[in-house]
Amino acid sequence: MNTKHASLTGIGAAPWKFLLLAATLLFSYALPVHADDHEEAPAAVAETADDSAPYEGDYEVFAASEGFALFTVSNLWILIAAFLVFTMHLGFATLESGLCQSKNTVNILFKNVFIISIGILTYAFYGFNAMYPGEMGTDWNGYFAVGSWFGVDPTDTAMITDDYAGYTWWTDFLFQAMFAATGATIVSGAVAERIKLPAFMLFAVLFVGIAYPTAGSWKWGTGWLDAKGFYDFAGSSIVHAFGGFGALACVMILGPRKGKYTEGGLKPIPASNFPLAAIGVFLLFLGWFGFNGGSVLSADPALVSYVCVTTALAAASGAVSSIVFSYFACKKPDLSMALNGILAGLVGITAGADVVGISDSIIIGLIAGAIVVFSILFFDKQKIDDPVGAISVHGICGIWGTLAVGIFGDSGDPENPFTIGTQLLGTISYSLFAFVFAYVVFFIIKQIMGVRVSEEEEERGLDISEHGQEAYGSRS
Amino acid sequence: MKLIKAIIKPFKLEEVKDALSEIGVEGMTVSEVKGFGRQKGHTEIYRGSEYTVDFLPKVKLEIAVADDIVTKVVDAIVSASQTGKIGDGKVFIIPIEEAIRIRTGEKGEVAL
Repeated sequence: MNTKHASLTGIGAAPWKFLLLAATLLFSYALPVHADDHEEAPAAVAETADDSAPYEGDYEVFAASEGFALFTVSNLWILIAAFLVFTMHLGFATLESGLCQSKNTVNILFKNVFIISIGILTYAFYGFNAMYPGEMGTDWNGYFAVGSWFGVDPTDTAMITDDYAGYTWWTDFLFQAMFAATGATIVSGAVAERIKLPAFMLFAVLFVGIAYPTAGSWKWGTGWLDAKGFYDFAGSSIVHAFGGFGALACVMILGPRKGKYTEGGLKPIPASNFPLAAIGVFLLFLGWFGFNGGSVLSADPALVSYVCVTTALAAASGAVSSIVFSYFACKKPDLSMALNGILAGLVGITAGADVVGISDSIIIGLIAGAIVVFSILFFDKQKIDDPVGAISVHGICGIWGTLAVGIFGDSGDPENPFTIGTQLLGTISYSLFAFVFAYVVFFIIKQIMGVRVSEEEEERGLDISEHGQEAYGSRS
Repeated sequence: MKLIKAIIKPFKLEEVKDALSEIGVEGMTVSEVKGFGRQKGHTEIYRGSEYTVDFLPKVKLEIAVADDIVTKVVDAIVSASQTGKIGDGKVFIIPIEEAIRIRTGEKGEVAL
């Protein structure tokens, strides 16, 4: 449902925009018809007062039209949803701070600040149009597109009326930009407490700036996976498995934190602040109502409320199931597992929140909650050190959620039902692409500048060694 | 003058303070400390893996008193902080060579 058809590559007249145009042309071999797009930019259409100009180019005509009320409400809801997805970044920041050692808090917060900022900017300069390049076959090849939307006329009725969608172009950008930053944030938690800051910043720019919109376009930009009938409502694969498997690649290159896997066995590095971690998960839970509810892409009362209900049910059952399974597997009821269970349920329901039944959503959550517990224990046995459980929560449960659409989902079209095969193809494509992209990029960064802080710096904590700052200052 | 150092269970602090106030003790210094004795540490579990916490949290009281009330003070501390279980703590009594009140410069027992 997060699919949208946009075909705009407005390049204005300012000199720096020509640089963008030049970059666009450099890539144009991958996108043969993209240059034509420019000729058809709606700004040009409006100037010539073409018959196709919606509402004769007059916003007042639209405001007086019948659909204006629904448009206004839908637009507001998607905006609120975008703000809720923003809240998830607050959740990630607090969750990661809570589950890691207090000597690395500044570093974690710094990475989170950087990711949301660079995520929004790269999405503006490049990502949005690369992810939503228009119709496959006419505007692009279905695999790779490029573009920037700078130069769009903010008063163009093709952008701000229901001729564009059930919401404005600007709302669309903001909502999708908030999603984009999420992928890199997932990686941030898994590599915490030992990654070099510049290495992470460089990786994050490439991962969120290039890899995410490219992969996202395959489904939400009506690319090749969309054509195959693959379904991912709000991004179990496109966002979460993508982030989770990118994280796995980085962790494999980076290695575990010092002192965790010793000759004497596994020495856990416990959470430093459970209140922060719990606040983080609740913020993520809240934000997910926007993540999934907003992905309806309208304020359709029935669908929005239904999606929010399946989302809440899956989160709750994910928590309950992880509590039960961690009680048996870990001997004690483990709060960190319960928190991961909520997130597991949320990731699990994300692919099919609008197409599975109510009881299915509970089953999806229950299974996700079990998967996350055993996945975390499994990765720990493999000495894949993931301080916050991001690989299991987002990667493994992302795959589960996507497959669950093939099991429980109703496509509403008897001739084209969801199939496990197509869902598997899609989720593997996303996981593999993210893994390979992250592995190659991170490996190259390692060769050039190194990816890991020294043992001494790690022992001292990244707050002091990387930033020269303390999270909880000792001076009163 | 004697310095009484008592290492007690943290949750007993209020009771000990009340007992000392009742017998007229007018000041004390309290610190949160960690350590182990015969109780040893304990094991905790995080994400399925057990680990040992060697140093347990305790509270250390330091009270400087005149010689004639040392026994009364120690008795009050012991009876108020005793649970009878391992890990109740210890009391140490150390002679004080001199005591000075910083505000006035007074010395000796009057400074306590």
